[in-house]
Amino acid sequence: MNVMDNQKQSGVVADGLRAAWPICFGYFPIGLAFGVLAGNAGLGPWEILLLAALVFAGGSQFIAVAMITAGVSALPIIVTTFMVNLRHLLMSSALSVHLRGARGRFLAAYAYGVTDESFAVNMARFREGGWDRWRALVVNQAANLVWIVCCVAGTWAGRFVPPKAFGIDYALTAMFICLLVFQLRSRLMIVTAVLSGLFSILFYVVLPGSVYVVAASLVAATVGFALRRRRDRRRRVSDENV
Amino acid sequence: MKMSEFILLVAGMAVVTYVPRWLPLALLAGRQLPRWLTEWLELIPAAILGALLAPTLFATSEPRQLDFFRPELLAAIPTFLVAMKTRSLAGTVVAGMAAFWLAGTV
Repeated sequence: MNVMDNQKQSGVVADGLRAAWPICFGYFPIGLAFGVLAGNAGLGPWEILLLAALVFAGGSQFIAVAMITAGVSALPIIVTTFMVNLRHLLMSSALSVHLRGARGRFLAAYAYGVTDESFAVNMARFREGGWDRWRALVVNQAANLVWIVCCVAGTWAGRFVPPKAFGIDYALTAMFICLLVFQLRSRLMIVTAVLSGLFSILFYVVLPGSVYVVAASLVAATVGFALRRRRDRRRRVSDENV
Repeated sequence: MKMSEFILLVAGMAVVTYVPRWLPLALLAGRQLPRWLTEWLELIPAAILGALLAPTLFATSEPRQLDFFRPELLAAIPTFLVAMKTRSLAGTVVAGMAAFWLAGTV
């Protein structure tokens, strides 16, 4: 490997880390909080490490700990985890457009780090351009590592961090707001996001569990798609009339 | 929960978490997708972000009820404006945290 390659690679890692830092920042309080809760549920540091490293899904980890505390057996927890994570089917489908031509081994490594956060950051970057799958992979793995470290550290350090300090609990919400703003590039996108939000609130209040994200996204994207098709058809008709 | 059951639990959770993340990549990344599918997938990020955010801003978690007077929503207004104005992820995260911190003290 020559110097050029080295420089190119360090550029990839640096770009990836620069993109990943808001995620890592946001994971800090959540990971620590998870460590505290899991510790209270009777899980030791090694068990928390195993859970965070092999599952790496914040929402389902919290649900699992709550269910373990309630004395629920393994199978219902696994089924619930499956339901909670179905939204990643949609995210990976959308990501696949930008990962065309990648090898099977790359995709297997990439899939490990697909989360709400890495998905949103990488989609925004891919859209801007100047982004590639290796930089995206660095984002995934960096966020991953920080999450695991914070979860385990939470068993010791969590009780010393006061809740709500410096508004850090809001870091991920603020990040999602900004990434949503990046997505609102056309009227159709705005309509889709607003519809999805409305459906999401409705399903959130009416339906149990976490199907609301998947259900609202499916409905809103499909309605948005239908609106786009209708607009295209109208345009074609009016062009023919000219 | 016994250790053996815990190992089983983690293994099961790992499988049902990994497969939905991996399967679409394995199936879709290697091929040219039809136009209707890419057009539909283009709308997925906006839809997912809207769906993830809305309940956080407009509803309480236990019990699940509509609530328009939340610090989360109050802080979202300046956060949104900073995002529109600066288009900077870092700046927005810091501004959002500050706004939420202030909103909590009001």
